Amino acid sequence: MKFFSHETLETKLPWLIITIVIVVSIGGLAQIIPLFFQQSMTEPVVGLKPYTALQLEGRDIYIREGCHSCHSQMIRPFRSEAERYGHYSVAGEFVYDHPFQFGSHRRGPDLARIGGKFSDEWHRIHMVNPRAVVQDSNMPNYPWLEKNQADAKTISARMKALKLVGVPYTDAQITAAPGELAGKTEMDALIAYMQALGIHVKSVR
Amino acid sequence: MSDFTSNFWNLYIAILTIAGIIFCIWLLVAVGKREQKSSDSSHVWDGDLTELNNQLPGWWRWMFWGLLIFSIGYLVYFPGLGSFKGTGDWTQIKQFDEEMTALQAKTKPTYDSYLAMAAEDLSKNKNAMETAGRIFSNECARCHGSDAGGGAGFPSLKSGDAMSWGGDVAAIKQSITEGRTGVMTPMGEAVGGAPGVKAVVAYMRSLSGLSHDEGLMAQGGKLFEDNCAACHGADGKGVKEMGAPNLTDNIWVYGGSEAAMTKVVELGKNSNLAQGDFAMPAYKGVLSQAQIHLLTAYVWGKSHK
Repeated sequence: MKFFSHETLETKLPWLIITIVIVVSIGGLAQIIPLFFQQSMTEPVVGLKPYTALQLEGRDIYIREGCHSCHSQMIRPFRSEAERYGHYSVAGEFVYDHPFQFGSHRRGPDLARIGGKFSDEWHRIHMVNPRAVVQDSNMPNYPWLEKNQADAKTISARMKALKLVGVPYTDAQITAAPGELAGKTEMDALIAYMQALGIHVKSVR
Repeated sequence: MSDFTSNFWNLYIAILTIAGIIFCIWLLVAVGKREQKSSDSSHVWDGDLTELNNQLPGWWRWMFWGLLIFSIGYLVYFPGLGSFKGTGDWTQIKQFDEEMTALQAKTKPTYDSYLAMAAEDLSKNKNAMETAGRIFSNECARCHGSDAGGGAGFPSLKSGDAMSWGGDVAAIKQSITEGRTGVMTPMGEAVGGAPGVKAVVAYMRSLSGLSHDEGLMAQGGKLFEDNCAACHGADGKGVKEMGAPNLTDNIWVYGGSEAAMTKVVELGKNSNLAQGDFAMPAYKGVLSQAQIHLLTAYVWGKSHK
């Protein structure tokens, strides 16, 4: 029997499936799998810590509100991007991100180095009504963030889940998490997250 | 030193890649050897509709050959096969660094010439102000507005008087370089709670010629002298060294309504920096000296037309 003849492939469906899977997986096997064994991909940059409970809550709000559909978090090593946003992103900055928030659209500016660029108060005004500080902004208003309380009930469970995939949270951190969110609004959490982004790699002129 | 945890991965990538190319070559050769004549694929529909098994078109096969040759050339010149760096010695970061160095070399003479000019003259240089305008859009407009007209809680830069740290060249440069954090103490308790705050606000409004309660004004004036004059001056005209704003010019960064003024007097501003109240960040290190100089000229020019 000819294994790779037109007739065999078209009439033996399981065999066709197996051969297709082999062919399409070659690229991934060569390009993706080795990344898991590359130090520059898996080692955190100096100073990088897992998100605190408040920052993590902010990260989850960031995902919930779909911020990633308009904001990327990935500065490519191009002159134009480095001039505008700062040092290009490196893999070690994202090792505790599950999932990472690289994004693919830039209807708004990149946020990879937003940490420390604005005061908390600026963010507060801007989230409620972006037009109050940036006249020609096309970002929607997020006024409810200031009214909603941060979700202290599930934060420990979320941290445990991240621990399972390799984020080094200690048990003490997980136990203390609900307390850290007490009395905090979603706005506080999101701003804490913003201020923690990209602060460990800097370019100095 | 290899970036991989083990050398196995270098070989793994190289072997997979090369094997993939060899497989494609074999496939092309094998397919090309077949008879040129169409053969029946034994698929028949509706009694007489048959599907033929034709040779791939020649142009397609030649394009595939071209692609394979390109990929071999690519893998020789660029890094692609495990730890093999390629004969072209190219990396993404190296190209980036070269571009940045080239940019600096290209712009340095211009920046140097700007740095040698006085800010006052620079503000009349059209080219320089075009560059400065772009830096302003990227770094400053987010708070001070794209027209430098300020925003909620952020001062306008269009009037030298609105800049409570001073609107002259030296003060502007200092503000950009080192940043500014003005602290207004919460005065609610010091002036005796809500009635006291109300009186002080009435006095403040009278200073700027706004509508106010005449009855409360005198009491407010007394409280102002005791509590506020130390920073804002006995005449309320402010003290630039402390960033204490002029209260007589009817420019209110945090809003000129009675409610907004009451809030500032009662709760202060920047008294709790841990909560990140308003502060002007320092741009030392973020922008180059020449860029800060350009911005100084740009901002100075906004209030000196």
